[in-house]
Amino acid sequence: MSQAGTLRRTPLHELHVELGARMVPFAGYEMPVQYRSIIDEHRTVRSAVGLFDLSHMGEVEVRGEEAVAFLRHAVVSDPARLAVGQAQYSMLCDADGGIIDDLIVYRRADDRFWLVCNASNREAVVAQLRALLEHGDFGPDLEDVSDRTALVAPQGPSTAALLAGLTDLDLDAIATYHAAEGTVAGVACLVARTGYTGEDGFELFCAAGDARPLWEAVAAAGEPHGVRPCGLGARDTLRLEAGMPLYGNELDRDTNPFEVNLGRVVKLDKGDFVGRAALQAVQQAGPRRKLVGLQMIDNAIPRAGYEVRAGGEPVGHVTSGTLSPTLGTKIAMAMVPAGLAGIGTAFEVVVRDRPYRAEQVKLPFYRRPRD
Amino acid sequence: MAYPDDLRYSKEHEWVRVEGDTATIGITSFAADELGDIVFIELPEPGTTLTQFGTFGVIESVKAVSDLYAPISGEVLEINEALRDAPELLNSDPFGDGWIARLRPADPAEVDALMDADAYAAETA
Repeated sequence: MSQAGTLRRTPLHELHVELGARMVPFAGYEMPVQYRSIIDEHRTVRSAVGLFDLSHMGEVEVRGEEAVAFLRHAVVSDPARLAVGQAQYSMLCDADGGIIDDLIVYRRADDRFWLVCNASNREAVVAQLRALLEHGDFGPDLEDVSDRTALVAPQGPSTAALLAGLTDLDLDAIATYHAAEGTVAGVACLVARTGYTGEDGFELFCAAGDARPLWEAVAAAGEPHGVRPCGLGARDTLRLEAGMPLYGNELDRDTNPFEVNLGRVVKLDKGDFVGRAALQAVQQAGPRRKLVGLQMIDNAIPRAGYEVRAGGEPVGHVTSGTLSPTLGTKIAMAMVPAGLAGIGTAFEVVVRDRPYRAEQVKLPFYRRPRD
Repeated sequence: MAYPDDLRYSKEHEWVRVEGDTATIGITSFAADELGDIVFIELPEPGTTLTQFGTFGVIESVKAVSDLYAPISGEVLEINEALRDAPELLNSDPFGDGWIARLRPADPAEVDALMDADAYAAETA
């Protein structure tokens, strides 16, 4: 645990400072929010390749014969469906169906899984898993490997071309939401085709001590591809355009997966698991609230926490909002009563005590072009 | 960092340029850099009276919403309409095309009490 007031640093901290990053507190870490310009960094990821340090994220290893049975019980998805080398978006929910964290489950071997979770929820995730181990009949080993693991993430359409020169792995054989064990620039990595930007991209998990040589090799090889370091500011606008939820904004303990349009992640038919009864009830009755996409008609930028009205009455709130660098429009995700939701529905967003017109649009706001 | 020496500066990182009986105001390059990419600005209508160091508008970067503080008191004669469609001028040319408003100053003594370029450079060092 970090001491109050003391921010942790990733293994790439000095490099960020050398690159001129603006460092800000985030989830208990000192993290780069931007290097030069959030909008430039955002566009670099959409058009070329951007390089992120995500070493603050949590990695929890679950291994042993009972790893599958334990994870089936702990998370809402079904990790038994994963082949080795496959990944799955999932959530850890409370008994009442509230979201403790959203995470990605990677199956690295038959009996070895990694859960990659939000830095802000790492302690909560580990505590929940440990509590389930103590009270359950399962005996897999659980290890929080976050501190000795770094995560370097090149994201954008040129990522595979960039990495091809640095690895013997056949990157074409690693489909989206798959991963392979290998080396990149001589560094042992879990090479995962996952990300949080809405673009093709990879996440390279390596030992903390290897982070700097890995970053520098990717940055050097990326020069002809126009690679740039990218901070958390661009990461946020990229994921928002892609309609991806952020824990603390769209997701929290008072929100269930069905409300945020992620009911498909919940596998009610896999047998009993934590939160199943509550989530089945939500699925049968339908969620009371719904996360929707809004596009502003009037000229104001919606921001997290702003009130949302329908017909002049307060009905919900903005969970995330920004000026979309790709689309040039002002966009938001908002939580509203499910009965009011519908594409084309008129809402108002209250900005500095004045209502501005918005209209519900389809999520995601941006979908990458595919060939 | 050097700042234009024909301007006066406030602690809130606005500048003033007096020409005859009008004054132009804007934000400094220091403020623009701190804010990052500016994507939106909300300004008062001409005819509005500003009070020195009072808020008169809002400026938004990708990540943050900030108040604008008037460096001097006065009546707004004109606002920079170009900023509505091109708020990035505040980043690219904060002392030139990114000017915010022209005022009729209420009290010339307010301008004299602001920092000169050297004092502002020391303030932001």
